[in-house]
Amino acid sequence: MSELRAQLREWRAAVEKRLPWSSRGLAVTLIVIGIVLPFLFSSSSAFMNATIIAVAYAVMSLGLNVVVGFAGLLDLGYVAFYALGAYSLGWLGSGFFFKAKVHVLVSPVASTLPGVHLNFILILIGAALICAAAGVVIGLPTLRLRGDYIAVVTLAFGEIIAEVAVNGQSIPVGGGMTLTAGNLGISAVDSPYFPGIGSFNLLNLRPWYWLIFAILLFVLFVNLRLRDSRLGRAWIALREDEVAAVSMGIPLVKTKLLAYAIGAAFGGMAGAFFGTYYTVVNAGQFQFGFSIFILAMVIIGGLGSIWGAVVGGLALGYINNYLIPNVLNNLPSKLGFHFQLTSVEFGIFGFLLVIMMVLRPQGLIPERRRRLELTARIAAEDAQLVETQGPAGGPT
Amino acid sequence: MSSTETPAPPAAAVSVLRAEHVTKMFGGLVAVNDVSFDVPQHSIVSLIGPNGAGKTTLFNMLTGLYRPTQGRILLGERDITRARPDLITGYGVARTFQNIRLFGAMTAVENVMIGHHTQMRAGLFGSIFRPPWVRREERQTRERARELLAYVGLREPAFDRLASQLPYGDQRRVEIARALASQPVLLLLDEPTAGMNPQESQALTEFMRAMRDDLKLTILLIEHDMKVVMGVSERVTVLDYGKKIAEGEPAEVRADPGVIEAYLGKQA
Repeated sequence: MSELRAQLREWRAAVEKRLPWSSRGLAVTLIVIGIVLPFLFSSSSAFMNATIIAVAYAVMSLGLNVVVGFAGLLDLGYVAFYALGAYSLGWLGSGFFFKAKVHVLVSPVASTLPGVHLNFILILIGAALICAAAGVVIGLPTLRLRGDYIAVVTLAFGEIIAEVAVNGQSIPVGGGMTLTAGNLGISAVDSPYFPGIGSFNLLNLRPWYWLIFAILLFVLFVNLRLRDSRLGRAWIALREDEVAAVSMGIPLVKTKLLAYAIGAAFGGMAGAFFGTYYTVVNAGQFQFGFSIFILAMVIIGGLGSIWGAVVGGLALGYINNYLIPNVLNNLPSKLGFHFQLTSVEFGIFGFLLVIMMVLRPQGLIPERRRRLELTARIAAEDAQLVETQGPAGGPT
Repeated sequence: MSSTETPAPPAAAVSVLRAEHVTKMFGGLVAVNDVSFDVPQHSIVSLIGPNGAGKTTLFNMLTGLYRPTQGRILLGERDITRARPDLITGYGVARTFQNIRLFGAMTAVENVMIGHHTQMRAGLFGSIFRPPWVRREERQTRERARELLAYVGLREPAFDRLASQLPYGDQRRVEIARALASQPVLLLLDEPTAGMNPQESQALTEFMRAMRDDLKLTILLIEHDMKVVMGVSERVTVLDYGKKIAEGEPAEVRADPGVIEAYLGKQA
């Protein structure tokens, strides 16, 4: 038994030694698969639609992972940045502000319409900046708090933004225009347009997919770079021990604010994408439950783990938008029950979370540090067992 | 507040740190009561006193974790009374903690790299785009961290292990290395020999002197082990119930009746 274990350990060490090479190879393979994936499915299939939403969820999950996973700030109001990102798109890429006439690099059709019409890339940058700024404004009073208090206050801010979105049609911004369109929604938003490629449309989902996939790669790149940097180390240190981190010269508020603003910016980018993809920015989209949904992605993937956040986002995205509505929805009626699976989806997610916490609390792809901590604890327990059972090893 | 009220520093010695009439109250409790003392450059000064005398509270004020209710703290010429702890670290004060506070989920090397944080420049965009100077800075920081770990006597295989899994003695070493990484002028050690056997304490005593000489440091330490205190310090300050009750060379302090009373109780 102990020989077998030693052998396993040896193999694992050998594999880990080759990991830098194999992980690079793996990354290239995954990117190539990601690029050619749409050709395997019909260009307007339900699966393609689910894939696009799942990838956008992964972007959000990566954003929240910076806040909750890296810096250890439990944010229960992440939906606020989804909302702000989506509204950035509504404001900067539709006829909503009908008195204005601003057109920058948009399709020939859009450039004849009233309103603010910016190229989608500019909107994406704008959404990131607006959300980062909002993150700083919300974070300044909030992040002086600790632990659970942060969770409560961020929850409150999430609700405030959602309420402002609902009631925004009564908030004038001049010229007879209002801040939001409330539950009516800002509709007729521009589809992304790129010179030489043309406008995206919902009959062909492939360009949408490549767009969100590119956003995912960008966000992933930033995440990976930040994790292994001075800033990333500072976040982990703050998460581990705030007093010690501050005593080692890490500025508390500034470092936390950076995490919060970066997470907000990523949420805003995904929000802007959802705005144009759903063709409407409706205040009803921004429910508290969505904050928890994104948090569940981070936790199921593995708190603090970048690849975990991606896998968690994709997994819940597919389950929510494909598996439940398209594959298993009629399962209860086949079994003789009178309900559809979509009506109990939150119950399903709750159940999944409980199962995860019982079977694999560290998440699907745990962060390297947590894995090390766990394996070391197991090794220590093994050593103790050997000690109590004598040097001959346990019973075989 | 005139400077004549504070005790005169020993001749020809510049003081690195000076506390003037520092008081800290928690509600009605006076944890530190009107304490003044200074730490001459390149010296090793001990802060002793019974449990609850206010030693660690004083440390927390010196490092900015607490703000004094009254009084002034000067680091060289600079007033650091109300400065933020991270800034004070940047000005050159580093510390260790009574009950070790390492970042458990980080390796020994990473812990020491955190100590170097104030000396690094990479910000958000530097971290994302990683230009050559950031790569160089990162590499140098890592090398320096390994050097420091070797300097405090950690053995190579422990460098890349998680701090939480190191044996107790190694954790103490990593904590000192982490403090040294911020390139301090003043090092505050809070009971560095706690939990050590006499041989280890003796080794640490010698190491403190070596550090002081190698790195041109000034050391202020809280210590309970009288053998260490008498062996290493040039000056000793004694606190009891938040008040300074004695100060001077180790031999003087040891003979002071007030100190004996504080430690052993009043003789009948």
